[in-house]
Amino acid sequence: MANELGLTVKPVSGITPEDEARVSAWIDTPEYREKNFARQALVINPAHGCQPLGAELCAHGFEGTLPFTHGSQGCASYYRSTLNRHFREPAPAVSDAMTEDGAVFGGQNNLHEGLENAIALYHPKMVAVFTSCMPEVIGDDLSAFIKNARQKGFLPRELPVPYANTPSFNGSHVTGYDAMLLSILQTLTEGKKIEGRCTGKLNVIPGFDANTANYREYKRILDAFGIPFTMLADISESFDSPNDGNYRLYPGGTPLVEAADAVNGKATLTLAPYATLKTFPWIKENFSGAHASLPMPMGIARTDALLLKLSELFDRPVPDVLKAERGRAVDAMTDAQQYMHGKKFAVYGDADLILGYVAFLLEMGATPHHVLCSKGSKKIEKDVQALLDASPYGKGAHIWMNRDLWHLRSLLMTDPVDGLLGDTHGKFAARDAKIPLFRFGFPVFDRVNRHRSPIVGYTGAVNMLTEICNKFLDLVDETCDERHFEMMR
Amino acid sequence: MRQIAIYGKGGIGKSTTTQNTVAGLASLGKKVMIVGCDPKADSTRLILHAKAQATVMDLVRERGTVEDLEVSDVMKVGYGDVKCVESGGPEPGVGCAGRGVITAINFLEENGAYTPELDFVFYDVLGDVVCGGFAMPIRENKAEEIYIVCSGEMMAMYAANNIAKGILKYATSGRVRLAGLICNSRNTDREADLIEALAKRLGTQMIHFVPRDNEVQRAELRRMTVIEYAPEHKQAEEYRTLARKITENKLLVIPKPLEMEELEELLMEFGIMAPDDETKVGVAASASAAA
Repeated sequence: MANELGLTVKPVSGITPEDEARVSAWIDTPEYREKNFARQALVINPAHGCQPLGAELCAHGFEGTLPFTHGSQGCASYYRSTLNRHFREPAPAVSDAMTEDGAVFGGQNNLHEGLENAIALYHPKMVAVFTSCMPEVIGDDLSAFIKNARQKGFLPRELPVPYANTPSFNGSHVTGYDAMLLSILQTLTEGKKIEGRCTGKLNVIPGFDANTANYREYKRILDAFGIPFTMLADISESFDSPNDGNYRLYPGGTPLVEAADAVNGKATLTLAPYATLKTFPWIKENFSGAHASLPMPMGIARTDALLLKLSELFDRPVPDVLKAERGRAVDAMTDAQQYMHGKKFAVYGDADLILGYVAFLLEMGATPHHVLCSKGSKKIEKDVQALLDASPYGKGAHIWMNRDLWHLRSLLMTDPVDGLLGDTHGKFAARDAKIPLFRFGFPVFDRVNRHRSPIVGYTGAVNMLTEICNKFLDLVDETCDERHFEMMR
Repeated sequence: MRQIAIYGKGGIGKSTTTQNTVAGLASLGKKVMIVGCDPKADSTRLILHAKAQATVMDLVRERGTVEDLEVSDVMKVGYGDVKCVESGGPEPGVGCAGRGVITAINFLEENGAYTPELDFVFYDVLGDVVCGGFAMPIRENKAEEIYIVCSGEMMAMYAANNIAKGILKYATSGRVRLAGLICNSRNTDREADLIEALAKRLGTQMIHFVPRDNEVQRAELRRMTVIEYAPEHKQAEEYRTLARKITENKLLVIPKPLEMEELEELLMEFGIMAPDDETKVGVAASASAAA
């Protein structure tokens, strides 16, 4: 066989082009879909990352905090490079590089030496420790290791060192985020609760959210209300810091003093119920003031719920600027409704996100035909079903819990939709199904600035519909025949 | 080279039996290596006359990496030119002892410890096969013959049956086979008959009945095998007989482990266990006295 340069190329495999074509056609069939869904012991391209990845993102959200992987170096590289590629920013983090001997003897020496080095080199204000699989399998006792480090004088007396057990073989990046956030808050707020004190502030928890513009959107809304707040945790500067020629090791994050005082807050609001499954119940037990949990505010109704809750908690009217914004968003949705109404979509990703996608699509009169979560649960399924049941456009939609993106491919080929909402990992399935992929999730490796465009609030709703509708219009222009190529769309 | 793994309930006498048998083989002119696979590292003391041999993992701990180690650092030669290696492991309660066994055996393989002139390699493995690490000696291309040391006590037989289950798991995918039960006598009633019966049910043989003899303990106090301490003693002859039987053994089987019910029936048949009286289950002594 010769290539276009006339050079002989050894065939990669002995499979004939005919066989290849036959199999490639076969995997698009209902027959193959049945076999695919009978698959049990194998996951192909799951739509989630591992626990420590979430833990690291959370750690970056606090002032002067050094994320510290107790475990192997390769694992640490994976979390860092995933964040690098998504944000196109550095993710400064360290690992104690456990190797073969660490696996046998336990990782205490690695942790102690690593802490000493990291503190001497990088002068963190806090070290947030989390684990890769290896120390979890051998049962390393982080609590004891860190106590011993303190006793042996490896840690400055005042340096907070929260830790989270984050084995990758259960949960997902969202679980890891939750575990790290809980540990950081427990560590920082210990002994900080003062009877009768109230900071007058709102604690906002965005959860695992890798869209820095979403954080800015929350701040803008709170500023419009005039509500003072503490964001737990805030990655908006850490992963979107200005390029002014100066390298900052710790460019942003929630100030530790503020995070500690959050325990005396006026109210605490989580906007990611599924990313705070452990943290929020603990907050309810331990934080002063009111506690509220709302779904991630995507679409009009969910943003309304946020504004009304803020108004109620702080006894302030919804500001006129936001009311006007709502009106403009509703107008934009009405204008664009004809391009999305009746269209079918498939969505996948983290629980908080897919619930937001579904709510938004239903508001636009579109059907979320396939809703897939690779770390699903009965509770998520119930929440999605309730949303679908509340709208005429939710009829006939399918929920797929604990299925991966190879299952999704079968769905797209046998029960097709018009568009896919998710992250970069879905691009192969979208290409095979010849439908557009809208990258609203995490991670996005193959487009720029996705994380600089909010998908929450009224602004987010406008952004999403703009992207989706214009893509469909582009497709019409690119594919229609000459006589249908028109000025008006 | 025949590779043999010795398993059995903790405290049953695996290390003593292994070393005496190996000494027996050595006295018959065989070239043998012992690989101790237990973090306690007491599999070679009788051959080396040593309190405790420096283990592979001891040296890894000292040098921080397995890469800087050489076989000559960890291999000692004792009675009858028997080569001795101990895998060692972490302190109790930390790290992963199973991984230690894997690290040590991989090291021995990669660094040419398995030399062609060896007739036998014996693995003396920690009592229970608690994880994959302790099954390392019976993975593909390693030990294909397993002997289980047991006695006529109930728990020893439970353990033997469990080990047979482990062997069955590996036997279907590889060449590991059960080669026999070694009865290390505890002087219980009808012990030989019972172990014979158990062996038959498992599809194997009781390859030898090693009687209890205090000469073994007298030798152990001197950190010696009976073979070396008192070669003329009748107990030394028992171990030489076992060694000879192992040399000639051709009966390698895939075991048929017993269901719990069957095992208990067997124990009842030999009077080790009383038939179940459901009215007594879960009733404390004081309560049954009151009734």
